Amino acid sequence: MLDIQNLNVVFGTGRLRVEAVKNVSFSVDAGESYGLVGESGSGKSTVLRAICGLAPITGGNVRVDGKEVTTPRSRDFYRTVQMVFQDPYASLHPRHTVDRTLSEPLAIHGEKDAETRILQALKEVGLGPSFRFRYPHQLSGGQRQRIAIARALILRPKVLLLDEPTSALDASVQAEILNLLDDLRRRMGLTYILVSHDLAVVAHLCERLLVMRHGEAVEETASNALRSGKAMSEYTQSLIQASQGFTRHPSQPAHAPIV
Amino acid sequence: MTKPLLEVDDLRVRFHLRTGIVEAVRGVSFQLGRERLGIVGESGSGKSQTGRAILGLTPPPGEVTAKRLAFDGIDLQTASKRTLRHLRGGRISMVMQDPKYSLNPVMTIGEQIIEAYRAHARASRAEARDKALAMLEAVKMRDPGRVFSLYPHEVSGGMGQRAMIAMMLVTDPDLLIADEPTSALDVTVSMEVLRILDELVAERGMGLIFISHDLKLVSSFCDRVLVMYAGRVVEELEARNLREAKHPYTQGLMRCLPTLADDVRPLPTLNRDPSWAL
Repeated sequence: MLDIQNLNVVFGTGRLRVEAVKNVSFSVDAGESYGLVGESGSGKSTVLRAICGLAPITGGNVRVDGKEVTTPRSRDFYRTVQMVFQDPYASLHPRHTVDRTLSEPLAIHGEKDAETRILQALKEVGLGPSFRFRYPHQLSGGQRQRIAIARALILRPKVLLLDEPTSALDASVQAEILNLLDDLRRRMGLTYILVSHDLAVVAHLCERLLVMRHGEAVEETASNALRSGKAMSEYTQSLIQASQGFTRHPSQPAHAPIV
Repeated sequence: MTKPLLEVDDLRVRFHLRTGIVEAVRGVSFQLGRERLGIVGESGSGKSQTGRAILGLTPPPGEVTAKRLAFDGIDLQTASKRTLRHLRGGRISMVMQDPKYSLNPVMTIGEQIIEAYRAHARASRAEARDKALAMLEAVKMRDPGRVFSLYPHEVSGGMGQRAMIAMMLVTDPDLLIADEPTSALDVTVSMEVLRILDELVAERGMGLIFISHDLKLVSSFCDRVLVMYAGRVVEELEARNLREAKHPYTQGLMRCLPTLADDVRPLPTLNRDPSWAL
């Protein structure tokens, strides 16, 4: 479904040149869920942004559904690939009602039947029609993220790029959104690429994952291997340890030096 | 332990809004010695407002009432502004969530620490400077001299938060209130910041109130945990007995986290019982 070979992303030139992503390759099958894990600055979000055209592809290939992506991305591309952003407080237009937010992608792609599509999209994400004419400030964080997911799904894409979809949410709401994503994937046969710093979330939602650090791939592993805790790099081990809460006497984790 | 460091009895924080009165904190009581107390809850549970009310930092038009609110025997409700100024930053300090917003962007980190120190201690600039450098070293900055002359935007989040901790601890407070000190940081970095905080608190024998939404983190870091829901403390327990939590809310919070150890699907969600909020 998605095939990425030797992806490089470079921002700036000369002294300001930053290599955000260096030679990252992975491929994701249709219906699979793939995770990208790492700390901030590891380039995991940049990979997602490069896929959907929000960051430049400096080198390498990105193939979606067997076809090389074009720059700028075509309208067809956005029918196949949609993105859900981290912060639902920032990603929804504060002066647009839910109805307007959801009808915009339909209008851009010349879809008919906006009315029924919107009602159905709301139903899919577990919200009733009563939410249709609300503004984002009249919704809770979890409801906003549901609207953001509904907006991404309304064009019936095959691939959903999820950039930290639950890190701005409370633990109990996070569980609801994770269940929703799990359920939608099964029902619609979606392919997910999930970016998160939380190993437990990635292991829950994804079958395979790539650990990244300083723009490079550290290792690709499966969630099952992660659970059983075998054959992993030192860095992944330190991430696992950090995800298990604070320990008073650490066994010297191999954390990144803070610069 | 002879006398508690902080006594809070029936603390209430009210906001008079156009739409009516909102009670953000509704009758919170606890006592704190020189120990690590965690306050956990979801957004809107009143945990941050509790921390702010102790310091008298409730934003207007908020209104704070309590049967008793005392620090080291000093009644904070009747204390003069002068006494409060002396306490705040001097004997009680607060570490805020995001170093990006809570550090002064137009002052170097060193100047800010010196300012905090000299506001509470009679010291010459040179003394204050030595103290600030020593403090930066205490929070494990690799090159204190360099960090001293940097502006907040020139340092990373983890460094900013450590600078903030340095600034808050330079006056040797008796009580530190940390409001989500690591939620703006990365997992690996936040462990490091916590470790530094833990060492300093233990070394100096301070009391610590650690406010967070992360139950797992709080229970591994603190001695005692208060769980808040809708402005009330629904459960108080020893951190190591967290697994034996009685209240359905605490149990729900524990269960809804995905874990690496086992694969539960769908994740149990929290069914909020309206009676919890009563």
